[in-house]
Amino acid sequence: MNYFEHIGKYFMMLKQVFTKPQRGRVFREALSRETEELGIKSLGIVIFISFFIGGVIALQTALNLNNPLIPKSLIGFAAKRSIILEFAPTFCSIILAGKVGSYITSSIGTMRVTEQIDALEVMGINSLNYLVLPKIIATVFFYPFLITLGMILGIFGGWVAGNLSGLFTGTDYIEGLQADFDPFLIKYSIIKTLIFAFIIATVPSYHGYYVKGGSLEVGKASTQSVVWTIVLIVIANYFLTQMLLT
Amino acid sequence: MIKVKNLHKGFGGVEILKGISTTFEPGKTNLIIGQSGSGKTVFLKSLIGLHTPEKGVIEFDGNVNIEMSIEQQRQLRQEIGMVFQGSALFDSQTVEENVMFPLKMFTKQSDKEMLERANFVLKRVDLVGSNKKFVTELSGGMQKRVAIARAIVMKPKYLFCDEPNSGLDPQTAIIIDNLIKEITEEFKITTVINTHDMNSVMEIGEKIIFLKDGKKAWEGSNKEIFKTDNEAVVNFVYSSNLFKKVREAYLNEKK
Repeated sequence: MNYFEHIGKYFMMLKQVFTKPQRGRVFREALSRETEELGIKSLGIVIFISFFIGGVIALQTALNLNNPLIPKSLIGFAAKRSIILEFAPTFCSIILAGKVGSYITSSIGTMRVTEQIDALEVMGINSLNYLVLPKIIATVFFYPFLITLGMILGIFGGWVAGNLSGLFTGTDYIEGLQADFDPFLIKYSIIKTLIFAFIIATVPSYHGYYVKGGSLEVGKASTQSVVWTIVLIVIANYFLTQMLLT
Repeated sequence: MIKVKNLHKGFGGVEILKGISTTFEPGKTNLIIGQSGSGKTVFLKSLIGLHTPEKGVIEFDGNVNIEMSIEQQRQLRQEIGMVFQGSALFDSQTVEENVMFPLKMFTKQSDKEMLERANFVLKRVDLVGSNKKFVTELSGGMQKRVAIARAIVMKPKYLFCDEPNSGLDPQTAIIIDNLIKEITEEFKITTVINTHDMNSVMEIGEKIIFLKDGKKAWEGSNKEIFKTDNEAVVNFVYSSNLFKKVREAYLNEKK
């Protein structure tokens, strides 16, 4: 199957996904389950990574700005920009693509190879709508909160790193954070997150839903889905940056 | 009643089903037998709508599959119960949740009513007291019982079973066979079973269809299969010495 066929099949899949859920109550139950699996259970990794990456960004910036003519507040300014624009939305989404993407592909793929999806279809259930729509809604609604938390913790991590290392003071850092603050940057970051969340939910679902074979193929599909999700996030990031910031 | 007329199905240019015609009557256990690769599973999956036939017609009590609207097809699927070879139970759910799942999706029953119905069918398949267990905690035989309970919970008109005995010990296999037969008679269901198990053929085969190379090579009952001189059927069914001796004994007794 060539790339064009995959793209066509992916959009055909989306057409079936975006139909009215057959039973509201079952959909709400699935949505709450997916929010927990894909969102709440990802809090730990996002908190951990954001805090330390924020710290590293601040330290790297401080170490590379050792000219006495450059004000120390620039460290806070640069860290804020890097974290809000790229590290929180893009870096965290790539991490989530690995964690959540492999989970989605393997769970749907296992359902496929153990005939659970066939069982849903025989019952007259739109299996794509039942399995994929709650995942899309859960990620698209929850990930902006997750990424916002990542931004806050990243910036906080930078402040902690400065205080512990003595490379810059907390006052300089906060002054840099407050300088030239543009609220659009947050909006830009959230828009990117929404697109990335959609990719994280749908691309692994596609790989899992159409898997053929047994457990080995499910494993291969998980790896492929993570790779493709990351590739698409990186490509989407480039075009979104060009569209929204230039 | 299910009527199949001239059913054709192929994959990638290779024809698997080559014009099968037959009838499955209600209240009877209809068996499909044949060697691996003879087209049994493709035939069964075409009947339940998982494969779309290239040619031919399937009639469910007069309703022709190709003339049905999407809504009618959905309605029909709610009248179909299916027991998959590997049970295909939702392994993230408990026994009770598995059995109640179709009720939750398609009925407006209260939780109490759904639970009552689930308990009724679980009792019918002799699986009382396992409601809260996850299906992965159950043995193969118990999983098959849950699959049967889930398949009949919506009071289906048609029950399809894909090798319901595979992976089960002979004693459990007979229990599952008898359970399916009893349910078929009790609820007047049209049951179609795809099987390799010759014990099933002898015990519950009220109507047997033998497939060979995608064609119907023989049709009859479990009594007729002893007397048939169809070479393909005899070679397949009586391939083991035990069954050869059983057949000889049966024929000698008749003389």
